[in-house]
Amino acid sequence: MDFATVLQLAGSSLRLATPLLLACLAGLYSERAGIFDIGLEGKMLAAAFAAAAFAAITGSVWIGLLAGIAASSALSLIHGVASITLKGNQLISGVAINFLAAGLTALVGQNWFGLGGQTPQLGPGQRFLAIEWPLADALLPVPVIGPIYRHLISGHNILVYLALLAVPATWWILYRTRFGLRLRAVGENPAAVDTAGISVVRLRYAAVMIAGLLCGIAGAYLSTGMAAGFVREMTAGKGFIALAALIFAKWRPWPALGACLLFGALEAIGIRYQAITIPGLGVVPVQFMQALPYILTVVILAGFVGKAVPPRAGGRPYVKER
Amino acid sequence: MTAPLPRWADLVLIPALNLLLAFLVAGLVVVFIGEDPVEAVRLLLVGSLGSSYGIGFTLYYATTFVFTGLSVAIAYHAGLFNIGSEGQAALGGIGVTLVCLAVPWPYWWLALPFAILGAGAFGAAWAFLPGYLQAKRGSHVVITTIMFNFIASALVVYLLVNVLKAPGMAPETRNFPEGTFLPFMHEILAVFGIRMSRTPMNFTALLALAAAFLTWVLIWRTRLGYEMRAFGHSEPAAVYAGIDPVRITIVAMLISGAMAGMMALNVVMGFQHRLVLDYVGGAGFVGIAVSLMGRSHPFGVVLAAILFGILYQGGAELAFDMPSISRDMIVVIQALVILFTGALENLVRAPVERAFLRRRRKAA
Amino acid sequence: MAAGGGDAPPAIELAGISKSFGPVQANRDIDLAVRRGTIHGIVGENGAGKSTLMSILYGFYQADAGEIRIDGRPTPIPDSQAAIRAGIGMVHQHFMLVEPFTVLENVILGAEEGPLLRPSLAKARAELKRLEEEYELDVDPDAVVGELSVGLQQRVEILKALYRECDILILDEPTGVLTPAEADHLFRILRSLKAQGKTIVLITHKLREIMAITDAVSVMRRGEMVRTLATADTSPAELAELMVGRRVLLRVEKTPATPGRVVLAVENLSLTDDKGVARLKGVSFALRAGEILGVAGVAGNGQSELLDVLAGIRPATGGTVRLDGQPLDLGHSTNGDERRAARVAHVPEDRRRRGLVMPFAEWENACLGYQGEERFEGPAFTLDRTAMRDAARASIERFDIRPPSCDLVTASFSGGNQQKIVLAREMERDPEVLLVGQPTRGVDIGAIEFIHNEILALRDRGKAILLVSVELDEIQALSDRIIVMFDGRISGERIAGETDERELGLLMTGIEPGTRAA
Repeated sequence: MDFATVLQLAGSSLRLATPLLLACLAGLYSERAGIFDIGLEGKMLAAAFAAAAFAAITGSVWIGLLAGIAASSALSLIHGVASITLKGNQLISGVAINFLAAGLTALVGQNWFGLGGQTPQLGPGQRFLAIEWPLADALLPVPVIGPIYRHLISGHNILVYLALLAVPATWWILYRTRFGLRLRAVGENPAAVDTAGISVVRLRYAAVMIAGLLCGIAGAYLSTGMAAGFVREMTAGKGFIALAALIFAKWRPWPALGACLLFGALEAIGIRYQAITIPGLGVVPVQFMQALPYILTVVILAGFVGKAVPPRAGGRPYVKER
Repeated sequence: MTAPLPRWADLVLIPALNLLLAFLVAGLVVVFIGEDPVEAVRLLLVGSLGSSYGIGFTLYYATTFVFTGLSVAIAYHAGLFNIGSEGQAALGGIGVTLVCLAVPWPYWWLALPFAILGAGAFGAAWAFLPGYLQAKRGSHVVITTIMFNFIASALVVYLLVNVLKAPGMAPETRNFPEGTFLPFMHEILAVFGIRMSRTPMNFTALLALAAAFLTWVLIWRTRLGYEMRAFGHSEPAAVYAGIDPVRITIVAMLISGAMAGMMALNVVMGFQHRLVLDYVGGAGFVGIAVSLMGRSHPFGVVLAAILFGILYQGGAELAFDMPSISRDMIVVIQALVILFTGALENLVRAPVERAFLRRRRKAA
Repeated sequence: MAAGGGDAPPAIELAGISKSFGPVQANRDIDLAVRRGTIHGIVGENGAGKSTLMSILYGFYQADAGEIRIDGRPTPIPDSQAAIRAGIGMVHQHFMLVEPFTVLENVILGAEEGPLLRPSLAKARAELKRLEEEYELDVDPDAVVGELSVGLQQRVEILKALYRECDILILDEPTGVLTPAEADHLFRILRSLKAQGKTIVLITHKLREIMAITDAVSVMRRGEMVRTLATADTSPAELAELMVGRRVLLRVEKTPATPGRVVLAVENLSLTDDKGVARLKGVSFALRAGEILGVAGVAGNGQSELLDVLAGIRPATGGTVRLDGQPLDLGHSTNGDERRAARVAHVPEDRRRRGLVMPFAEWENACLGYQGEERFEGPAFTLDRTAMRDAARASIERFDIRPPSCDLVTASFSGGNQQKIVLAREMERDPEVLLVGQPTRGVDIGAIEFIHNEILALRDRGKAILLVSVELDEIQALSDRIIVMFDGRISGERIAGETDERELGLLMTGIEPGTRAA
């Protein structure tokens, strides 16, 4: 493998990791606040559809992004009402949201555009396009640094950079702000938060809505950044890989970046090579590459390599005990 | 603690109200896409129940959902939320296929017991690891079963593309020998002189009823069921009672997985007569809705499975007559049923409980 | 400022407070006045409504009716935020701490200075230092709370309240989990808080504490306020009578024991938990037939672990236990069945979580743990439900369980009747050994007498009984011999008739009275 191929793979990994990262951070906010979110997939899917649909209708990618965020947030709100206000089962709510998104996007997509659930192909103004950084081409001849700057650092769309910035931002919010302290507390012991005079309900809604926002951006990226339009089931399990990455990262922001880059790289390699031959081991089928994130997550969950312990109050509605 | 509701309210009134809400919202969706919901329901019912053809298809789908619904329900009684029925069913298909292709079976009734074993064993095997990890390592069974669904789907694709594939383009196995074909329901009824249209409904429908009955015996009549329910309600109490949590968790997951795997009898052995890609098609997930709606009781599961059979068959007919309501509408309804009977249950339960409390106070 | 001027309005005044949870009325028309700068005790039995009342004052629950006045001003307290604003702080029975957080983070939670943490943490660090010097409240501000001892965690709770500049501090059963030495330290802190003009409300059911530290005491019974008295003008006997509503006879009619052979021989038993904390450190004792061996001690000194190991539901990490000379398997948490087969019965400490499956029908619980008995076997792996129901009906009659219906859901029985379901199940098989934990916790007086008499009757039939209770009165009333546990060890053993509360109390703190008393 030559240097150019490595760079191409790295750039492609980064682009594939972006939606994972955004969704993973979405899950991080929600689950750190004690609300399990297995509906990341559905929220991303709904956002991907809404973003592409509105970008196609209005011609503006930004209106598309807003529509994506709105769609994802609406599902987040349902999740919030079910799991916070009505103290329902968070896992069941997540399952329902995934199906709701899968069904509605296809149904409404067919109804609006009549293209078998797809949106029309998006033109340049209706998409997030790659941004060329200054001097990218001029510096290209510089050995090593030039190609890295040109192919890896420059040349992604704005949402990729946004996702990367979201990592330090999340870290800072979580560990350096009042909101972050309370968010982490409510996921560990909501009664302590309640008796400290803070509203558990409001905090958890805030966390769930942030998750909606981030999933919205992730979905918009899929249909208006990475692809040029929406196709049925286009998330294809990315929401669950993001969930896997979240567990892999043990609910921490920087490791979440690492996990998403790893899973993005696995996907990039899987796309580029249909089968990989490892000397001495034989051929690794592409299906194995696809399953690898899930297998790794099971291994981590099993605790054979550093046990992943979720936030203590996660998954349970807060009920004042008698 | 809230005052317990009368049994009939708990078992009938609340599920009925939840269901009503789900269908009300589904109706709004139909209005939103510009169709008449009343006409849609009429077409749906006519398509699913208006002819022996429709009924056959409806019950064919229902048979599949009984198995996946029971799968979710059995695990649920042991306090486990098994979202992995989809993957377990996929593996069950492999099991049935291997049995059917391994031997040139002369008679279906000879092949059937082995096919049941194959389907059950493969489904159970796929549920074993999540059960084992939950029991021994505390890995949340919901997350591991989700992961196992994806791993299963990759595995089945690999097997169909690289190992079991028949010559030709499509990733599917060769046809099973005819000696493995389960009798179709129209063939069985013909013996008794009853005429029925040709549909995929087959002998497995009777197996599904037997499975529901056996599940009822298991949960409510056997010692194992007693121990599963005790464990599902309270793990410390189960340990106190000498019940081994590891054993119960694994056994419950094995039975649950086996039940999911057996849906392959209906689809693969009973109808398609070969294994095709993605033959489960979300039936495992429908099982979640079926189990929730049936309140994890085998009788409720059968009723809910028939309702979803109606939706699947009627939905297909509806999509034909009203093209703007595609079959995706079924997925929407499935989501709404899960949402209202599962996650939003307290939307109805809390007001109903208050109403009963008020009435009781007045009476007192 | 002088503490509690004669005509100053009370610090706290509650008027006509009522609260019900569904069909249960927890507080009924309660009036209460607490003078500023005093320590005011509230006593009552379990379930008398003390904690509910204080949770209303702290805004954790909302009263259905009534008014709260702070310093004479009507002050609605819809949530904890309002309580904190009104200068009220509360130390809950179950601590409200975030275990993975540091002490500092716990202290500032909800009382942060601004949107950023850094200034808050700095301010809290300085403030903690000041409070530490003023009130003997020393805790390492950077320690992770989950790794602190219970006594230190309680200090963090008090620091939380003081950091919020509370004038009124409510403590709910603060000594339940403390060693006597820690409790003494707590009382010193409370006295110095009082000297600073703070008002303190102390909820407890321990009359000794009331007499030792309070200025006034209010007695609650079944959700109602019975009377408020000056502590100097009352006696434990009078308070006890007010609490239960009739003269208590904790003395149980009891004949002398006639201990026989050693049934259970425990040797050098030890248990280290998952976190590496030693819970049992070489416990040895012998339990004889025909005697009741009481295990006294402050909760959390290894009694629960001892019961669990003996009952076969928690593995020990060392030592042996012989039952009639035969060694028992101590290596698993799944030996409950084996113990039952060896005729060791167990009434667990926590009946709601462990002894019963609350959503089960009564008859299903009446055989919990004995579901494998031959007489309950039906055809083909099934259970014989008729036999199970008949057995349940028999024990309902024999133990006078009410309502007498075996088809009712267990959760709908009262605490006393639930306990009778467990006792009936464990006693009617005439076990050789009965392990019983907290037999009368949350049980009404009438049922207590019944339960005590049943336990004694079993002893008189020549069975061996190990009784674990945190109620010293109960231990003294029932036991023939008493061992006291402290910090995972047996700190002393006494003959029941030849000891007193003072001596047992010292043993409960780990002090051997003979060695210290000059």
